[in-house]
Amino acid sequence: MTSILRRKAERIDELAEAGGTSLAADAVKRMLHNPVAITGAVITILFVLLAILAPFLAPKDPYIPYDELRANLRPDYIPGPMDGFVLGSDHRGYDFFSRLLVGAQQTLIVGVVATLIGVTVGMIIGGLAGALGGWVDTLLMRFTDILLAIPSLLLAISIAALFSQGTQWTVIIAVAVVSVPVFARLLRGAMLSQRASDHVLAATALGVRRRTIVFRHMLPNSLGPVVVQATLTLATSIIDVAALSFLGLGDNNTSRAEWGLMLAQAQSLLDVKPSLAFYPAIAIIVVALGFTLLGESLREALDPKNRR
Amino acid sequence: MLRFVIRRLLQAVPTLLVLSVLVFAWLRLLPGGPATALLGDKATPEKIASLNSVLGLDQPIFVQYFKFLGRVLTGDFGASLISGDNVLTEIGRAFPATVELALAALVLAVGFGIPMGYLAARYRGRFLDNATVLTTLVGVAVPVFFFGVLLKYVFAQKLGLLPPSGRQDVTIDATHITGFFTLDGLLTGELDATWDAIKHLILPAIALASIPFAVIVRITRASVLDVQQEDFVRTAESKGLTTATIRQRHVLRNALLPVSTTIGLQTGLLLAGAVLTEKVFNWNGLGALLAQGIERRDYPRLQALLLLAAAVYVIVNLLVDISYAIIDPRVRVR
Repeated sequence: MTSILRRKAERIDELAEAGGTSLAADAVKRMLHNPVAITGAVITILFVLLAILAPFLAPKDPYIPYDELRANLRPDYIPGPMDGFVLGSDHRGYDFFSRLLVGAQQTLIVGVVATLIGVTVGMIIGGLAGALGGWVDTLLMRFTDILLAIPSLLLAISIAALFSQGTQWTVIIAVAVVSVPVFARLLRGAMLSQRASDHVLAATALGVRRRTIVFRHMLPNSLGPVVVQATLTLATSIIDVAALSFLGLGDNNTSRAEWGLMLAQAQSLLDVKPSLAFYPAIAIIVVALGFTLLGESLREALDPKNRR
Repeated sequence: MLRFVIRRLLQAVPTLLVLSVLVFAWLRLLPGGPATALLGDKATPEKIASLNSVLGLDQPIFVQYFKFLGRVLTGDFGASLISGDNVLTEIGRAFPATVELALAALVLAVGFGIPMGYLAARYRGRFLDNATVLTTLVGVAVPVFFFGVLLKYVFAQKLGLLPPSGRQDVTIDATHITGFFTLDGLLTGELDATWDAIKHLILPAIALASIPFAVIVRITRASVLDVQQEDFVRTAESKGLTTATIRQRHVLRNALLPVSTTIGLQTGLLLAGAVLTEKVFNWNGLGALLAQGIERRDYPRLQALLLLAAAVYVIVNLLVDISYAIIDPRVRVR
């Protein structure tokens, strides 16, 4: 392992030492005074609300073609706004506006599920390494270091290529695998710094069982940095899903209303109807920005260095 | 210094070995197993059986792995399913195109990223700083391929300022020696060919540079802010040195150390970024080779490119490490 790669790993470890839920109340207070945090939170909340309410808000069924739209569809022309169809048609005669709304839901589901899988698997690996130490730790961390040595998009590509056909699940798995080593490193680092802390030493001296120490003392205090990283991962997951779709490794159910998939399909239609690409793109950018702002300010708020 | 270099070289070996195990495992996990992967979906059972025995797939797994390793080390990755050419020959052909593009992107990212990051730190909290930070945040949130498509649409298709795709106009009869089209023109004196190659290079290079640019700006800014707080800067100020000297000698120089690490890491990531950029601009490099390989499930090609990308990433990191040791002697003893 070269030392730069180790430095990349160490940087994750440093982040891991930065926080702890004991700071939570303090962090929330600081975030309420930070306009960046509020912007991020507002975008995120609106996005989640939209995702939940989308099926009720959508004026039309996003998954069936409409004859009024299809009648006007030509290779060089896609109908714009018309009666009952706020943003007109997509390239197949579906209602574009309804697809955009429902797209929020699909995009959120893919992003959240991928992140959850990454967090869960990463936390199991990192938790085992941090709790057990010794050769288990060495072995598991070597493994995560190697995964970190492959550029993340290439890793996602090679995972997605393992399946003969892309589905919603293959995309989710490919994007999730990329974040596993990051979460593993993060939790392990946080737990190692907990292991040396006074309250854990005190619990050990009192003769508390190791399992209780790990689950009661080490784990809860290590979750802060994981939450921060998960927020940031939500943003990159959504962007990565779009990239996989663009490369032809996305969901092969091409009618699914998901922003990344819609954006990838609209690339060739810029001349015909640019808004087909612009709206999903702007949606992705705003949502990714929202998660990033929220995550970065959460990290800042949890950093003990900023504690007054 | 030599001992340091040798130690780092030796440390890279286990990483590459484990990577080879992963790629080996990956090839075995592919749908239908390696034989189907190598021969394609339409292979007859007889063909698969004969390839299985040729590949030694009836042998114990560790024997198979060492045979695989032997083939990899001798550069035998087999023939591409798409072109039928040896995969390494294909890669050799596409290599200069990607290096040319990556270098151009790197020059843009570093050339604009460091000054902007430095200025943002110097005017912290002012309009310039806020605008820069916002730009980098948005820059990371924009999907790279969409940014590329947008550049192409606006500057090539709508305004017609630059060519939309390819590396050189087909009407130009240029002599190619090195495979670096901008360099070839200079070598042969065909300056119009070089100019045309540069015009083709601009848009893809900007698209590819977007993410490393944003990252370099942010690291430079953070690093300059950090260094400004250091004791030695206060010492320099109290010694009565001019602000210009302090900025150049004390702040910028020390602030650039973490930036050089970042540049190294980003260089390793450029190949991954090139997959998207090259597809957008029909740039016939390694990324396009990979993208096309994915579409057609050309596993021999994918396997070779994957190993190559990881190896390049590890080697670039190694080089950055060594350059780091040259800049900062303290690293050598750590």
